[in-house]
Amino acid sequence: MPTNDKTPILQLQKLQVSYGHIQAVKGIDIELYSGELVCLIGANGAGKTTTLNAIAGTLPIRDGQLMYQGQAINNVPTHQRLRQGIALVPEGRGIFTRLTVEENLRMGAYIRDDKDGIEADMERVFTMLPRVKERLGQVAGTLSGGEQQMVAIGRALLSRPKLLLLDEPSMGLAPLVVETIFEVVQTVVKEGVTILLVEQNANLALEFSSRGYVMDGGNITLSDSGEALLANPKVRSAYLGEEANVA
Amino acid sequence: MNELVEAIPWLGHRHPKAARSLITCLMLLAPMIALLFGNTWVRILDFALLYVMLALGLNLVVGFAGLLDLGYIAFYAVGAYTWAFLASPHFGLHLPFYLVLPLGAAFAACAGIILGFPVLRLRGDYLAIVTLGFGEIVRIFMNNLNYPVNITNGPQGINMLDSMNLFGWDISHAVQITDTFRINPLVSFYYLFLLFVVGSVIVIRRLQISRIGRGWAAIRDDELAAKAIGINTRNMKLLAFSLGATFGGVSGGLFGSFQGFVSPESFSLMESIAILTMVVFGGMGNIGGVIIGAVALSLLPEVLRGIALPVQQQLFGKVILDPEVLRMLLLSLAMILMMQFRPAGLIPANARYSRPELARAGKGAQS
Repeated sequence: MPTNDKTPILQLQKLQVSYGHIQAVKGIDIELYSGELVCLIGANGAGKTTTLNAIAGTLPIRDGQLMYQGQAINNVPTHQRLRQGIALVPEGRGIFTRLTVEENLRMGAYIRDDKDGIEADMERVFTMLPRVKERLGQVAGTLSGGEQQMVAIGRALLSRPKLLLLDEPSMGLAPLVVETIFEVVQTVVKEGVTILLVEQNANLALEFSSRGYVMDGGNITLSDSGEALLANPKVRSAYLGEEANVA
Repeated sequence: MNELVEAIPWLGHRHPKAARSLITCLMLLAPMIALLFGNTWVRILDFALLYVMLALGLNLVVGFAGLLDLGYIAFYAVGAYTWAFLASPHFGLHLPFYLVLPLGAAFAACAGIILGFPVLRLRGDYLAIVTLGFGEIVRIFMNNLNYPVNITNGPQGINMLDSMNLFGWDISHAVQITDTFRINPLVSFYYLFLLFVVGSVIVIRRLQISRIGRGWAAIRDDELAAKAIGINTRNMKLLAFSLGATFGGVSGGLFGSFQGFVSPESFSLMESIAILTMVVFGGMGNIGGVIIGAVALSLLPEVLRGIALPVQQQLFGKVILDPEVLRMLLLSLAMILMMQFRPAGLIPANARYSRPELARAGKGAQS
């Protein structure tokens, strides 16, 4: 739940990102408070993934401010941001397909050298993701899509993030598996990790999130609590397929 | 070493210890055996060892970090010319090897970084083209830097390079032990090169299983994921280029001391491709595979040269196919067959980053 009295853990102020001459994100404002699960929904090409990559540092920021824990981190390189606690689970999962599940998880602790802490976190991840534990010795590329997504989330958790950026975790997964992933996401939030979730599956994302931002054409067009957005007729018709819901 | 042992078809699995001693014996006795066939063969062996070092260095860049480099021979050239500048009558400098070799390695590493910076954002085809261009640029510089100021002596190359002088013992002179028994200098060079190769293998092996090695492997497999787990991809790539180049520089220096002569034509594009072929043929990312690839592809053409001529004479009464043509033909044929039947090389690399020996139990899937 948002604790409005404190400074936000992450704050985007008039953030702009562009690919060459094409401006993908046209000056957006987003605020995240510690412990929140906030989602960013929108159609294809709205600039969601671009925003997330800019926060993680894999894309340069053209203009505006990116504040993390009250400090501007516009020019901090990706690996330093991870050290400060911003972890990204990239779109399409991006796991190391030739490594086993366990090795994938351990690669997540690449920046750490506290052996005991890593072992403890491995256990923590196992309790959060029991399915992952069953597959430890398996080569990650042979897992199902949902399991791969869990490995990707688990790997990100091993860097002990404060802020987790999830890029379309439901992509290409069966509806039942998507539910499981969202349950995992919720467990992670309960563990005290703040999450910014990018989703096309707006229905589920809004249901689980405390707040949501709607993005369109590189701008934030709406922002409200999850329920309010779910009830918003504009959102319903644009992103939730109103007819299907009425029927 | 373990990977080499694995490579022996039958013995490697049944009696790894026996296989290990067999390899050790073979390594130590190879020049003696070669000597039975004449000096030429020892010389060929010496060159094979230089190629092993080059292939190991290139494997660092191509096999470990996944950065395709078609201009690797440039670093070899940098090492060789460093030797030529600092240890020959050309500039009248005669520095000892323990200064020249590290300097050559350092210059090569700098060249690696110079190449690395502009290609940081490139991958695949584009990277290959730029590195290819870099290799040619270095060669053309060597070819043309004789005017207005004569630095490289142009296409004539530099002559009369100092030999390897190990603290007073010039190893290009035969060692007379008794009246009838003396150690051939080619044999001494063999053992010297062997020492360097073994040293390289140890260093590269350590690198492979270190954090750095894991970082490279992650970049090779998925660059975005590598960034996401906090790898500084820029520095890691630069490190791969410069460390890979270092090995090229050292072997270049050794080449200079061995050959006594350097000229730009030794560093053509075909050489870069030949070394890359060795890496791919043996198995990218696998130290043992790369060694076998380099030895096989540097020895086979020579064997062929020895066989093709007399056989053709016997069969047709004249030489129809020039052995040099035959060599290229067979090399390409070997590559095509490899791609068809063993796309990951003679000895495929283990997928595991940290402890490849674990993979042996499970025999991970071929990629």
